[in-house]
Amino acid sequence: MPNMSMQKTPMPAQAPEVRNKNFDEVTLGYTPEMAVLEAQRCLQCKHRPCMKGCPVAVRIPEFIAKVAQGDFLAAYEIITSTNALPAVCGRVCPQENQCERECVRGIKGESVAIGRLERFVADYFMEYGTAASKRAEPNGIKVAVIGAGPAGLSCAGDLARRGFEVTVYEAIHKAGGVLVYGIPEFRLPKAIVEREIDSLRALGVKIETDMVIGRALSLDELGEMGYKAVFVGSGAGLPRFMGIEGEGLLGVYSANEFLTRINLMKAYKDEYDTPIIRSKSVAVIGGGNVAMDAARCAMRLGAERVYIVYRRGEEEIPARLEEIHHAKEEGIEFRLLTAPTRLLGDDQGWVRGMECVKMRLGEPDASGRRSPVEIPGSQYEMEVDSVIMAIGTSPNPLIRTTTEGLQADRRGCLIVNEEMATTKPGVYAGGDAVTGAATVILAMGAGKKAAESIANLLLPSPGSEENPA
Amino acid sequence: MYKIVEKRALNEAVTLMSVHAPHIARKVLPGQFIILRLDEYGERIPLTVAAYDRKAGEVTIVFQAVGRTTKMLAALDVGDDILDFVGPLGRPTELEGVHKAIVIGGGVGCAIAYPQARFLHEQGATVKVVAGFRSRDIVILEEEMKAACDELLIATDDGSYGRHGFVTDLLRELLEADSGYDLVIAIGPVPMMKAVCALTKEYAVKTTVSLNPIMIDGTGMCGGCRVHVGGELKFACVDGPDFDGHLVDFDELQRRNAIYRAQEQVDANHICRLAGEIDA
Ligand SMILES: Cc1cc2nc3c(=O)[nH]c(=O)nc-3n(C[C@H](O)[C@H](O)[C@H](O)COP(=O)(O)OP(=O)(O)OC[C@H]3O[C@@H](n4cnc5c(N)ncnc54)[C@H](O)[C@@H]3O)c2cc1C
Ligand SMILES: Cc1cc2nc3c(=O)[nH]c(=O)nc-3n(C[C@H](O)[C@H](O)[C@H](O)COP(=O)(O)OP(=O)(O)OC[C@H]3O[C@@H](n4cnc5c(N)ncnc54)[C@H](O)[C@@H]3O)c2cc1C
Ligand code: SF4
Ligand code: SF4
Ligand code: FES
Repeated sequence: MPNMSMQKTPMPAQAPEVRNKNFDEVTLGYTPEMAVLEAQRCLQCKHRPCMKGCPVAVRIPEFIAKVAQGDFLAAYEIITSTNALPAVCGRVCPQENQCERECVRGIKGESVAIGRLERFVADYFMEYGTAASKRAEPNGIKVAVIGAGPAGLSCAGDLARRGFEVTVYEAIHKAGGVLVYGIPEFRLPKAIVEREIDSLRALGVKIETDMVIGRALSLDELGEMGYKAVFVGSGAGLPRFMGIEGEGLLGVYSANEFLTRINLMKAYKDEYDTPIIRSKSVAVIGGGNVAMDAARCAMRLGAERVYIVYRRGEEEIPARLEEIHHAKEEGIEFRLLTAPTRLLGDDQGWVRGMECVKMRLGEPDASGRRSPVEIPGSQYEMEVDSVIMAIGTSPNPLIRTTTEGLQADRRGCLIVNEEMATTKPGVYAGGDAVTGAATVILAMGAGKKAAESIANLLLPSPGSEENPA
Repeated sequence: MYKIVEKRALNEAVTLMSVHAPHIARKVLPGQFIILRLDEYGERIPLTVAAYDRKAGEVTIVFQAVGRTTKMLAALDVGDDILDFVGPLGRPTELEGVHKAIVIGGGVGCAIAYPQARFLHEQGATVKVVAGFRSRDIVILEEEMKAACDELLIATDDGSYGRHGFVTDLLRELLEADSGYDLVIAIGPVPMMKAVCALTKEYAVKTTVSLNPIMIDGTGMCGGCRVHVGGELKFACVDGPDFDGHLVDFDELQRRNAIYRAQEQVDANHICRLAGEIDA
């Protein structure tokens, strides 16, 4: 008998007033009993609608059936046959827009908690499973991957599984991309990311940190070094600012800098040297995951008031539902339909306030979203001593401008075809470098796709040996 | 890990170090920098490449011990390792087509200006170097600079060596005497660069400055190194570090560079992790 509860089995979490003062993981994950109970809510639909919502086509009903039977390790095998980083995806996928949106249980009541189950299975495996790190028979062909974010790592893993000799070049001192410098510990513990990366190393993937491609080595030099193909997964790029008065004041951060100081450079831990400003009253501009993360970090650094200032309404907020919910629980105040017009400084050059204007939603724009329009005369001032800009990124010019023949679109994103091939022969690209800031799972899907294309390019097609033309 | 292969104190506070980093030595050009991290707990700090030996695979940095990281670095010795050493970063200085230049260095800025003077001189340009220091006992790289230009002029704030006064005093004389300069390069403390640019603007001589905002990644990710140049937002690690000095908002740079001063003063007073007991 399926479990016909309309609600997802709740997942235990730290209490909001406790967790908003520490960096430990917010949600604690299911116990095996909870996982089985939740798995029993799945109706095992024959046409598998949920799978269509997953960018890497995880065989959802199959793995959930194994969970329901208590065979968690078999569930793990099923998930990892298409998704290399389940512990990460189970935590950070915007499930409500992907797999869970398509789930039939969501029509009346809440969908099956696919993400939570995926996370449970991955965590269970880490605790009790043993990695069968079968190294593939080496094929002797060298491929280079630029950037150790989700796109690059998934591409590297898939290539290594096919026997390629893969080297990942990473610009900073740690592999993981946004998973290590952007997404905070309390949402994605870094030990999990490290374990996933270790398992790639066990497959034979080499990771060279401190290597900035475009400066230390050009793409053409990689070719000269014997790499037969290159995958570019260099990520989203430089933070945008609004261009309003006062952005040069002290206490104004880009979300990337603020989060990097905290996550990568561990400014919240005493034993690290990294300095950071701890403010009393912080406004975070933007409504995406980046904004939620910055706001919740600011709160954990001891701010008394933290605001999310977003120019559209609740419906339009792009962040994951769970993050918005958690942020509210933790005491973050949402100022929606509000846009900053000017940052105000004191005589020492520090931010002391922010002038805002109220907005209303006008007609839908080209993207189909209703665009915000200023309400004349609605200006007011907020008292804040820190402002964090989380309004998006523009592509990093480094690789594009140092590589001949690599074309980008008007916005600066690399142009690729369906095979993820760029305009330069032998060079593939994917992830945020191609799409602009998107999601972990899309970046991983792109890396996978590129690995397949690279294999098609460099390996004799199966069967070609038996029937030579 | 990157091994320190040479270390020399240039004065009480300024140290020269060469580090084995072949992949950087192979590629680096004047004006570019590296970012280093001493150990797991350390900050990432940028330092300009002052010289390089492509054959030996070595990169030379010259740095002033001003805070925690630079003091810990100064306490390391030949044979010790630096955990992370990334580069070359930033765009090389554009030095093509320059015939007659004045290169100005202020304090440790001389170490950064020196490779540019040398490069220009070797290309056949006429180069005057103006070097400013607080006093005689901290003059650095005098012989090296002398060999890299047609004329070296030194100024000290207290008059204990060379001309009594500031680099701008000497600069004004040079610009008065000869209107043929096509480039001034100024590298040093922000107030010095600002003063130089105010002066060269009067004489309408193109002036390049090398900016030193606080950085983290140095690859164009964090946005920490942002500066305003001609009203436009620029990122020093990918768009610079060299910019047209007549367009830079120096006041903002000066202010932003001091943002952690109070915090770092506290930190700098106990530096024991790497170096054992050190006097801060
Ligand atoms: C704060 C924050 C929160 C987010 N939250 C979520 C979430 O909850 N769910 C979700 O699905 N997505 C989230 N995202 C988006 C997601 O993280 C990204 O879409 C994803 O990481 C993109 O992966 P990528 O591999 O393309 O790039 P990145 O993760 O950016 O990795 C790129 C890597 O390339 C390296 N690199 C760049 N240039 C060079 C070079 N020249 N040479 C060598 N290496 C280079 C970089 O250092 C980096 O390590 C979030 C993003 C941020 C910033
Ligand atoms: C592209 C670039 C190239 C550089 N090249 C050199 C070089 O060749 N030699 C050299 O000695 N220094 C150089 N600097 C400056 C050097 O990076 C800083 O002195 C160093 O980061 C200080 O670190 P710290 O931990 O020792 O001091 P901190 O404790 O961080 O700071 C000590 C004091 O120095 C000030 N300070 C901090 N960061 C900077 C900075 N980036 N610039 C100026 N003052 C700062 C602080 O306000 C404080 O008063 C360069 C900076 C940049 C951005
Ligand atoms: S990878 Fe993401 S979208 Fe796919 S099933 Fe897992 S949580 Fe859902
Ligand atoms: S749609 Fe929902 S109920 Fe149906 S198989 Fe998928 S997860 Fe189970
Ligand atoms: S130092 Fe981070 S963008 Fe320049």
